[in-house]
Amino acid sequence: MEEQDQILNDVTQGDYKYGFVTDIETDIIEKGLNENVIRTISEKKNEPDFMLDFRLNAFRKWQKMKMPNWAYLKIPPIDFQEISYYAAPTQKPKYESMDEVDPELIDTFNKLGIPLEEQKLLAGVAVDVVMDSVSVKTTFKEALAEKGIIFCSFSDAVQDHPDLIKKYLGQAVPVADNYFAALNSAVFSDGSFCYIPKGVRCPMELSTYFRINAANTGQFERTLIVADDDSYVSYLEGCTAPMRDENQLHAAVVEIITHDRAEVKYSTVQNWYPGNKEGIGGIYNFVTKRGICRGVSSKISWTQVETGSAITWKYPSCVLIGDNSIGEFNSVAVTNNYQQADTGSKMIHIGKNTKSTIISKGISAGKSDNSYRGLVKVMPNAKNSRNFSQCDSLLLNDTCGAHTFPYIEVGNKSSIVEHEATTSKIGEDQIFYCNQRGIDTEKAIGMIVNGYAKEVLNKLPMEFAVEAQKLLQISLEGSVG
Amino acid sequence: MSVLVEKADLSLKYTGHYNNVKELLFKNSSEVLNAQRNKAIQDFVLQGIPTRKNEAYKYTNLQPQFFPEFKFIHQKENVEADLNVIFRCDVPQLSTHLNLFFNGWYYDKNRETANLPEGVIFESLEKMAKNKPEIFQEYYSKLAKTGDDPLVALNTAYAKDGYFLYVPKNIIVEKPIQLINLLQAQNDTFATQRNLIIIEPGASVQLIICDHTLNLNQYLSNSVTEIFVSENANLDYYTLQNQHNNATSLNSVFIQQERDSNVTTHTSSLHGGLIRNNLKIILNGENATANMFGMSFIDRKQHVDNFTQITHAKPHCQSNQVYKNVLDHESTGVFSGQIHVIRDAQKTNAFQKNNNLLLTDKATMQTKPQLIIDADDVKCSHGATVGQIDEEALFYLRARGIDEDKARLMMMNAFAHEVVQEIKVKALRDRIDDLVEKRLNGEVARCHECAYNCEC
Repeated sequence: MEEQDQILNDVTQGDYKYGFVTDIETDIIEKGLNENVIRTISEKKNEPDFMLDFRLNAFRKWQKMKMPNWAYLKIPPIDFQEISYYAAPTQKPKYESMDEVDPELIDTFNKLGIPLEEQKLLAGVAVDVVMDSVSVKTTFKEALAEKGIIFCSFSDAVQDHPDLIKKYLGQAVPVADNYFAALNSAVFSDGSFCYIPKGVRCPMELSTYFRINAANTGQFERTLIVADDDSYVSYLEGCTAPMRDENQLHAAVVEIITHDRAEVKYSTVQNWYPGNKEGIGGIYNFVTKRGICRGVSSKISWTQVETGSAITWKYPSCVLIGDNSIGEFNSVAVTNNYQQADTGSKMIHIGKNTKSTIISKGISAGKSDNSYRGLVKVMPNAKNSRNFSQCDSLLLNDTCGAHTFPYIEVGNKSSIVEHEATTSKIGEDQIFYCNQRGIDTEKAIGMIVNGYAKEVLNKLPMEFAVEAQKLLQISLEGSVG
Repeated sequence: MSVLVEKADLSLKYTGHYNNVKELLFKNSSEVLNAQRNKAIQDFVLQGIPTRKNEAYKYTNLQPQFFPEFKFIHQKENVEADLNVIFRCDVPQLSTHLNLFFNGWYYDKNRETANLPEGVIFESLEKMAKNKPEIFQEYYSKLAKTGDDPLVALNTAYAKDGYFLYVPKNIIVEKPIQLINLLQAQNDTFATQRNLIIIEPGASVQLIICDHTLNLNQYLSNSVTEIFVSENANLDYYTLQNQHNNATSLNSVFIQQERDSNVTTHTSSLHGGLIRNNLKIILNGENATANMFGMSFIDRKQHVDNFTQITHAKPHCQSNQVYKNVLDHESTGVFSGQIHVIRDAQKTNAFQKNNNLLLTDKATMQTKPQLIIDADDVKCSHGATVGQIDEEALFYLRARGIDEDKARLMMMNAFAHEVVQEIKVKALRDRIDDLVEKRLNGEVARCHECAYNCEC
């Protein structure tokens, strides 16, 4: 047992690799939050009036809202006036070629394994890089434009495609949807926008990489993906942040809208700085993600691997309006040390014959708390709907916690909803079996955890799956006590 | 006062009434009970009547139920009731120690407890609280905390009577003790009942509790039962709820189990306007076992809400829950079950299952199974389903020449039987099986000799 503990210690010491800070000129506005700050942000981004109205509307609603406290999380009070709401690598007129990009910046992303130079990119991934919530570079923009696909930073979209933004912004996540969504709507600085036109199958994976760099700032980005009739896109999101002793706030919103027979696959590997071993520092990750299957037979699938953040509060959801539409949620959430996660999914069945699946795998270690919270709601008109939910939790020692809070509401007789959840630790017999065959305990646990998470990891695009698997190993391997 | 204001300040009605009848409440009551009242009513004011904003009552809004102008009974009324005349339990061959309660008050006139084993006490709570204040000092209000639940607070403020059951060490009560709770009054009535059960080490007892209404007034009964089960003791606690559509039945049962004890609770909700069953069990000693079963067959606009909370406070305990609902017409069913394994309660086995059948498109089911696990060496699981009868099983039966309606009935019967079979008292089990079958056949499912042959 002691040996196991030793292994546990060695491996969970696996440090956060992405904790460096880039020394780069940054444009940060004064701390604090008021209407002037919002006007400043809007002005800096040279936004049309409808955007300013949108922001101010959100801000006024946010002022009347209270921070939610229903999650199984201990959230220290957040002083929203102590945060700077806009930080950007000093903006130059658009980069014409890679040579003009600050070499520090290229270096940063090379270190993170996200090369910005297109020739070096893994074939078939277009990246929009967001640093301190301002998009610095979008690759393959032209290649995509040939197909009619719009993939650009949110600010560019506001300038170049205001009609689309006006039409779709706030459709999936209304401004006053919740406390953090309202905050985001008021102050979001940038993000990605993606539009796939009718009948187009996006030829490559689209990807956004988020990086928090500046200190004492919050990151508030917003992603909007619209898939028109018969289109398909697979979208990836990754994120890291430097190691700091103070907590930083990240409140993002992702909206997806699919029309008839369109499909969007959204994958996230979330690796914000989780804080140190004593639970000091780390990112507070409050994210609202929602997809609306508006068209018939459309499909939205969320896949997430959550390993970072001091606190995660995140419920990617699907509103299944179109008949025969499909929603999927696959998640692996890992918490270690003093991390807390309250994550899960909402599936709202409105159209007939709608189907949804929720697979959630929680892994807790250290002194962490890991909760699944989900809602499956079948409206009376959603005849013949089907849901299957499975929530498994793995506990790696006796100081962590795993919790499950599903809500199921069914309003008609032809629908079938099933939910099951289990909580257990890695069986000693399983480890013994591996030991017997010459696999040491550390590797055995790695294998078992990976096997446990495989069902979800398999849903990730290949390059991501590899990264996610490595992440799992770093976060956990050997942590059975 | 306008209706709107009244609605907003509904709880004031109950606190106002408390102040008006304070003297009456304190009179003739044990000091132990009285000592709690003022704090309890304050706790009630703080919490208010639960609405859907209260997470524990998310799917059951109790405000409308508290709205009618109820009459309270704060003093024992003289009821010259003869049990055999006004009510006859029609469970065949059920031999029990029978006790009668009227609107929450215990009437010992009809009791058949003379043959209880020596040392076993089954008495009025009002009386025993006065006779044995030292016992009440030790146990009363220790599990049911007024700060945790507004219904408990309201009950504690108003509580005057109910029953007190004491089973001494190593005594096994062979025949079940049966309690008939009757609601019958000239006016719409608010009934409060408070019970305390203490089972000493090695003792064993079975309780059968039957809730009935005898006429069609609006009733609200708010009962709280605290049960202490000592080492190696055994308790079977059966509840049969059979009231009418204007009746609101709020039951809170708190159980604390010590080492090696065994508790089985079994709730059959067959009829009632709104039924809310709060069941909270603490496994406070190693190797304790708790089994919780529940079944409801409801129709029209009835509402049944089963709320369970089991706390595994010590290692090596088992808990097992099976709750099933069959919902017809516009009825609504709710199940909230929470399993909480606290740190160090290792080697816990905790299982929970909730299956529901919706028979119409207007029936709704809401279920909220929860696991809160803070120990690692545990096996905990829950499963919840909402749906219809398995089509494949139906096909299997039809392939063997059974027509569809009949096959459906067989399947539904089997669905309910999984819970019914857990009743260890054979006469009761057969009776409930019979009631379920009758209900499935479209006959009204209630004790058929119910004096009231009403249609609601």
